[in-house]
Amino acid sequence: MDAIPLFFLLGFAARLARSDLKLPSQLYEALSIYLLLAIGLKGGVELSKQDVMEVLPQAAASMGLGFVIPLVAFPLLAKLVRLSRFDAAAIAGHYGSVSVVTFAVAIDYMIARMVPYEAYMPLFLVLMEMPGIAMGILLARLGGDLRSVRWGELAHEIFLGKSMVLLGGGLAIGWFAGTQGLAPLSPFFFDLFKGVLCLFLLEMGLVAASQVPALRESGLRLALFALVMPVIAATMGAFTGTLIGLSAGGTALLATLAASASYIAAPAAMRIAVPEANPGLSITAALVITFPFNILVGIPLYHRLAGLIHGG
Amino acid sequence: MSAPHTHPCKLVVIITEAALEDSLGKDVMKLGAHGYTIADVRGQGRHGARNALWGADRSIRMEVLCDAETASAILVHVEKHYFRNFAMVSFVADVGVLRPEKFSHHPTG
Repeated sequence: MDAIPLFFLLGFAARLARSDLKLPSQLYEALSIYLLLAIGLKGGVELSKQDVMEVLPQAAASMGLGFVIPLVAFPLLAKLVRLSRFDAAAIAGHYGSVSVVTFAVAIDYMIARMVPYEAYMPLFLVLMEMPGIAMGILLARLGGDLRSVRWGELAHEIFLGKSMVLLGGGLAIGWFAGTQGLAPLSPFFFDLFKGVLCLFLLEMGLVAASQVPALRESGLRLALFALVMPVIAATMGAFTGTLIGLSAGGTALLATLAASASYIAAPAAMRIAVPEANPGLSITAALVITFPFNILVGIPLYHRLAGLIHGG
Repeated sequence: MSAPHTHPCKLVVIITEAALEDSLGKDVMKLGAHGYTIADVRGQGRHGARNALWGADRSIRMEVLCDAETASAILVHVEKHYFRNFAMVSFVADVGVLRPEKFSHHPTG
């Protein structure tokens, strides 16, 4: 058993037991800045060792995955979960986008098991954040009034939002500076990474548990969706990874990215672009069910799945 | 010490989701406010507890000192654009300010 997911469980249990444990919100902000930068830097360094032309088609395919996942999720949400078009579209957008922390836990899982993977994968993380959100908005507005969306504000929110600036900026810095340039920073950004991830997961546990009461409102159907959708998306991710020639480890990571649902970038963007959607539903599905499922059960499952698809 | 001479002014208060901070700021300035103050807050209401534990759960309180005309323009605007889909509480109060020209086109209020 890895230690890292246990911190999530600790936070979750502490909040359910009504402990007064609370991380100061400034610390949460600081930790997320650190995580995003560190992941970006790591990916950038690895990218500097790659032939960009080789990575380009893979990058395009993973972005494509971000556009397609909401198209699969939307009809499930509209027909089977029986949500309104706005709610279905917003949630589909969350599932099309990605979760940085889930990705970080998956990376740790691979490293702990010495599974080799394409170390420039954080590039895909950056690229896969936006398409899902864009598709969610389109699905919500199709047939309706596309002009009612404040596109400028939204583009600003997506491309200049904290996560894009830090991930993308870290990637660029890592790329330009290369291994040698970043060597002096590695004790801070790389050696301390796991500890920070643990603190962050503790906080995620607290937050997720605080949203548990909302489960009662969102209903059993949505809960089922939040368990089944990651597996469907992971399967799509695993096939895509195999097709574009990723290693088994890289395929498992792409499957994890596909399976993960955004609960930081997407909620902020959806609130502005699709205000008719009930934000409680997407948060409950993405954070209370899908996120714990992915870090506790999903990642090992997707690792196996990737091995199967890769081998067969 | 003599009592300070205050002038009547309106205080518009809007408590809502942090996601609206940017658009509300632009809105009130366009409607004629000379400035505003925003603070992070937490509380509970019809939308359940908003504990400010993390991004999507944060709430803000915006305060605008302005003349009566601007105050009603702001209230009409937020009612039309935000009440339906966002957690929002807004109200207006009569207050007394020093330096009325700072807040109003019509210093007499």
